[in-house]
Amino acid sequence: MTAATLRLSAQALCKTFTLHVQGGVSIPVFNDLSFEAHAGRCVALAGPSGAGKSTLLRSLYGNYLPDSGHIRLWHRKDWVDLTQAQARTILEIRRETLGHVSQFLRAVPRVSALDVVAEPLLALGVDEESARRRAAELLARLNLPERLWNLAPATFSGGEQQRVNVARGFAPNYPILLLDEPTASLDAKNRRVVVDLIAEAKSHGAALVGIFHDQEVRDAVADDIFEVESYKEPVA
Amino acid sequence: MTYSDPILTVQAISKRFMGRGGCVDVGFDLWPGEVLGIVGESGSGKTTLLNCLSGRTTPDEGVVLYRGRDGEMADLHAMSEPRRRLLMRTDWGIVHQNPRDGLRFGVSAGANIGERLMAVGARHYGAIRGTAADWLGRVEIDGLRIDDRPSTFSGGMQQRLQIARNLVNGPRLVFMDEPTGGLDVSVQARLLDLLRRLVREMHLACVIVTHDLGVARLLAHRLMVMKEGRVIESGLTDQVLDDPHHPYTQLLVSSVLPA
Repeated sequence: MTAATLRLSAQALCKTFTLHVQGGVSIPVFNDLSFEAHAGRCVALAGPSGAGKSTLLRSLYGNYLPDSGHIRLWHRKDWVDLTQAQARTILEIRRETLGHVSQFLRAVPRVSALDVVAEPLLALGVDEESARRRAAELLARLNLPERLWNLAPATFSGGEQQRVNVARGFAPNYPILLLDEPTASLDAKNRRVVVDLIAEAKSHGAALVGIFHDQEVRDAVADDIFEVESYKEPVA
Repeated sequence: MTYSDPILTVQAISKRFMGRGGCVDVGFDLWPGEVLGIVGESGSGKTTLLNCLSGRTTPDEGVVLYRGRDGEMADLHAMSEPRRRLLMRTDWGIVHQNPRDGLRFGVSAGANIGERLMAVGARHYGAIRGTAADWLGRVEIDGLRIDDRPSTFSGGMQQRLQIARNLVNGPRLVFMDEPTGGLDVSVQARLLDLLRRLVREMHLACVIVTHDLGVARLLAHRLMVMKEGRVIESGLTDQVLDDPHHPYTQLLVSSVLPA
């Protein structure tokens, strides 16, 4: 791990949720948290439920906004601070550099599973035929029955939706990929497919950051473990 | 024009009615291909702002700058009325919540689309009818309905016809005021899917006013949340909806019943 392999660097992140609708309750999540992700490696975020793993992962995607600190990403051969970037720059980063497999698929009405997976490729300018071929390849690898490919995933089971979500996240070879429990509702066979996909992404030089509750999966993919719990605000 | 040039620059727009209502000190930039959602409850100033942006209301203060096809920025409210009207016909579209405000009910569906082409100089009847038929197909209306009047259409079809009428000229900037308001949910889904596709294919810049946060999430790249005429929070759509900071935005987001 050198400066040349650095892809994502979070520095001195602080995040506290203030719930104004519930009497202004403050929920501190993490304080002065710093960590790095490098090309070809996978960092597993660890800690018990409520430690702030998902909040950190969502902050790294620009979905949550930290109160202070910086998240620098290597994008278009330059460092961009996600916490300061304009909305359209963040969207550009998400299109080209930063992928995210969320825990649950947010299904759009009327869009088929195949199109859900092909969409990020089309956004990158890949032609329709190649995009659909790549999407079909991934769905087949993840054992999603072909009769489902042209249906909208809203009615799919949890495991089926998750496989669509995983396929979508791995469709472009993002240089940085965030994974929020990508195997939570998958059977052993499909968990192994995801482990293989992660290994391949690493061999392509991707930097991965993930939450893996499944010990076996974590042992198989993680190069580094990052304990989120230790950055809780010290009780004064 | 380069990638970094906004198509619309809005600086400190204010419009008050008898000292109250309206919008106060609103500013933003909009880029080609970008959809800006304006959310907030009724009376928050969303529609007044939209009217100021689209030249239908003159603001008390502030400027709206539009970058034309020649790359030059022009002050919307300082230009002559004929020039503004020309822009509206050639470069802009306005989709109203009520199709009655955006369609002509006395003429056929085909004429509603063709009229916009004639306004920019098209004269060949066959070509105009062909384009109109093509656009009916693009908004998923059966071509056999081309000679029917909009009054014989369902609400969802009327709204799709209004979209066809607005997009047939290849505008660069489109304003939409609650485009899915008053439609059944199943009809809404179809319309949203259509809008998403057209915005992407035509690389449209778009300002969409809605009080439906689900619609905002599906269509808008970024959001401005308005309350009592002011923008109280803005940013990337999913960030504003998933991690709202202002008490009012938190209230809006937490008041939505999960489906």
